[in-house]
Amino acid sequence: MAHWLTTILLLVPLGGALLVSIAPLPAYWLGSLAALVSLVEVGFWIDAAGRFHFGDPSLQLDQRASWFSDLHVSWHVGQYAFSLWLVGMTVVVMAACTIYGWWVGRTRARLYFALMLLLTGAIVGVFTAQDLLLFYAFFEAMLIPLYVLIGVWGGPARMRATLTFVVYTVVGSLLMLAAIVAYGLHEHTFDLTQLPQRSSTWLFLGFVIAFAIKAPLFPFHGWLPDAYRESPPEVAAILSGVVSKAGLYGLLRIAIPKFPTVAHDWRVVLLVLASISLVYGSLLAFRAPDFRGVVMYSSLAQSGLIVLGLFAFDDLGFDGAVLQMVNHALISAALFLLAGMIERRTSTGELRLLGGMARGRPMLATVVMTTGIISLAVPLSTSFAGEFLILAGVFQQHWAWAVVGATGIVLAAMYMLRAISAVLHQDVGSAVPDAALDLRAGELAVVVPLVLCLVGLSAWPNLVSGHAFGAGHATQQVETGLSFPVGWTGYVPEAK
Amino acid sequence: MISTPHVDWLALSPPLALLGAAGLLLMVAVFVPRRMRMPVAAFVGFAGFVAAFVFAVVVAARSPHAQTLIHDSMFRDRWSALAQVLLAGSGAVAVLLSVGERWGDEHVAEYYALLTAAGAGMTFFVEAANLMTLFLGLEWFSIGLYVLTAIDIVLIGSLEAGLKYLVVGAVGSATLLFGSALVYGRSGQLAFDRIGASGHGHDAMFVVGLAMIIAGLAFKSSAAPFHMWTPDAYQGAPTPVTAFMASATKIAALVVSYRVLSSAFPQDAWLWRWTIAGIACASLAWGNIGALVQRNVKRILAYSSISHAGFMLIAVAAANQLGARALQYYLIPYAAMSLGAFAVVAARERELGVPVTLQNLAGFGWERPFLGVAMWTFMLGFLGFPLTGGFIGKFYVFAAAYDHGFWWLIVVGVVATMVSAYYYLGIVRAMYFRESADLTLAPSGGSPPREVLLSAGVTVCLVVTVGSFFAVQPLIDVARAAAHALPL
Repeated sequence: MAHWLTTILLLVPLGGALLVSIAPLPAYWLGSLAALVSLVEVGFWIDAAGRFHFGDPSLQLDQRASWFSDLHVSWHVGQYAFSLWLVGMTVVVMAACTIYGWWVGRTRARLYFALMLLLTGAIVGVFTAQDLLLFYAFFEAMLIPLYVLIGVWGGPARMRATLTFVVYTVVGSLLMLAAIVAYGLHEHTFDLTQLPQRSSTWLFLGFVIAFAIKAPLFPFHGWLPDAYRESPPEVAAILSGVVSKAGLYGLLRIAIPKFPTVAHDWRVVLLVLASISLVYGSLLAFRAPDFRGVVMYSSLAQSGLIVLGLFAFDDLGFDGAVLQMVNHALISAALFLLAGMIERRTSTGELRLLGGMARGRPMLATVVMTTGIISLAVPLSTSFAGEFLILAGVFQQHWAWAVVGATGIVLAAMYMLRAISAVLHQDVGSAVPDAALDLRAGELAVVVPLVLCLVGLSAWPNLVSGHAFGAGHATQQVETGLSFPVGWTGYVPEAK
Repeated sequence: MISTPHVDWLALSPPLALLGAAGLLLMVAVFVPRRMRMPVAAFVGFAGFVAAFVFAVVVAARSPHAQTLIHDSMFRDRWSALAQVLLAGSGAVAVLLSVGERWGDEHVAEYYALLTAAGAGMTFFVEAANLMTLFLGLEWFSIGLYVLTAIDIVLIGSLEAGLKYLVVGAVGSATLLFGSALVYGRSGQLAFDRIGASGHGHDAMFVVGLAMIIAGLAFKSSAAPFHMWTPDAYQGAPTPVTAFMASATKIAALVVSYRVLSSAFPQDAWLWRWTIAGIACASLAWGNIGALVQRNVKRILAYSSISHAGFMLIAVAAANQLGARALQYYLIPYAAMSLGAFAVVAARERELGVPVTLQNLAGFGWERPFLGVAMWTFMLGFLGFPLTGGFIGKFYVFAAAYDHGFWWLIVVGVVATMVSAYYYLGIVRAMYFRESADLTLAPSGGSPPREVLLSAGVTVCLVVTVGSFFAVQPLIDVARAAAHALPL
């Protein structure tokens, strides 16, 4: 069973997508079917987490079968501890977004829910694929549902948004394809656990650019404003919450472990880009005219912060980066969904037309406030823990990076408090009708679990950060290529 | 007493089956009463292709070792047998698409007779082992296609397209013939392997002959700069014919190119490798840039077929076992995607009664969910996205290029793919992101009856396109067996 678990995590949403696309049911029941499938997926993840040996740094729950042998490509899926957390955040966020889509009652339900489940499968695939070509297949497969989800259910300027999104993404991923072909054929295997480390700058850049576009990292973020603004809110939540993590995961799983020397040589460049993303993104968020703008530029900033952690090449940095990926996925998904809920009530997200929404709407005020406070890394919150680890890690490189990071955190407080107060407090905005309701039960059912996850992590952030790389040093594991030979004996299970 | 050569009838059975069907169809045209003619003719045509398919499978299974027949004029090996399987399969699907075409019962039997005759010519062509049979096969199927292109005289542009195709195609055939004459004149040999063994590698006349043979074959595979007939012919021909041309002609021409170049001109390999690589780059550039500015969907697909000729020529330029395997594999999803895409265009065309442009695809994806999703899959397959065989095909082609050291061809292919995303996704955008209300067309009065046969054809194409992504290993094993027949 344990060997099948990762495969099951992939097959459940893909099978669900197929089921939804052919089941002869009315729209409402299609939505409930999709919601059920996404919850079943969460259940399987909990099972997987229960069977996981967190002390063991090697690949677990893995399954391997040859796909085509002459080029040594195989179906190889499995999870490291950090992949398990990323899969977990994916299934939780995807479940919330699918249920939100159901609650909102999206039109053309059959295609919509089939695409949502397909997307779930593709993202889980990215985080679990242990074969380079399989990884690429899932990475590309994410694009198809996103393209249509934005293009069909998006806002008025969706045509331009999809075009920029596709152009950026396709350019990046095809550069990666060229790198994959050259890398895998040269080494006669595409298996990530067997691929030896290389020191080719070209291959490294082929991967890093693709991941930097996905993350996004300055200056590859040109697709971000249109895509995030024109998407339906739950799709924006997925884009910024989990899809962007695919790029960051790629850095952690492929770019750094497989090209450690090049990564060291290029770390200053990456750290500079990350710092620019952090500060520039925060400033843009501070100047953004609408609520979604704040959230979307803050996710550019957060990507920068996480990259700072990854390229710190330090245990604290890696642990913090993984924790912060999970945090940010939950925070930004919750915030984008809240943005959607606010837009439903006021038909605008513009901050100057909003205001005073806290009065008479306690639920909305509480949820927005809690999420916002956690997102600005107030002490005792989980993102404080994540950001602190990242800063402590990058401090080892040079104190200046830590100063940049700290500046980012200060700016985060500024833009987030500005947004919260513009929505909830001040005078009642002209776009806020008196009849605008508080959050309904269905909406609470979507966001409250996300917020509860965040509160839980705030109580025990070590759950993720202390269990992301198994026993031993994260740095050592990452820099030796995250490839453990069969029979690796570094892990000694505790005697019971 | 004159000794007659031993004839291996089994090896000749695929072309003979189709030829028999063609003959029978001419009888149908005369003897079967008018109102029965259409279904009977379609059935006979379909049966002919299915028979050829079965025979080709049998030949492939029973020919583990390559051999030549009838005084070295034909090959019996898995390379040609696999191509015949694909050709017969394409033909059978093309018959399914043709049934709903709106021509009356006027020339319907003759249409299927020409289709099967052209199919017979192609299955003969891919078996060719010397310059005579090569030219014979080429002319045989080309003449069939010229007439097929112009067969619907009511359709605007059909006659014009047929004439253009005829003139340009004749130039191509003449070039091939001239080149063959030069090669024969210098080497004194007709059979490919003997030409290869004759040792005239670097002779000027020989090389000119080689260049002309490459040009003649490139006309048929519609590779740039010999592609100029393609958009017009594809646009003007009845859509089922276009579907057949796009898949089958490409299969035949590319498979034969690989064989001729590798077996007859091994000494000039460095020369034709670079030439083919150049043609591949030209096709990739021209096909993709040309497609960007088109509005007519058939023309877009025509330019896309030029660019795919470029992709497959990368495999030819690599000239290694991996490349041969890559070509045979690539052709499987490619044929399915081409047939399927044109089938969907045909369905829309019959619905609206006007040529299909990006504009009047609006809302199609919502009105006809199955055809919409199918078209979407074919476009993603052309683009080389996962979950379709197009992805694996491109990957193999790139692998073959890398194996030979042509890494720069990978870069060209990658850039071409980036450009092609614009128009392939443009078709998806046209189908899904606009409402039918955007359609500026007078309603033609009710939706046409559902075409079961066309849907069946599309289903087959869909299964092959997606199935070839999952079943890579068995297909590659078959392609590997085929590639072993070539002297690489």
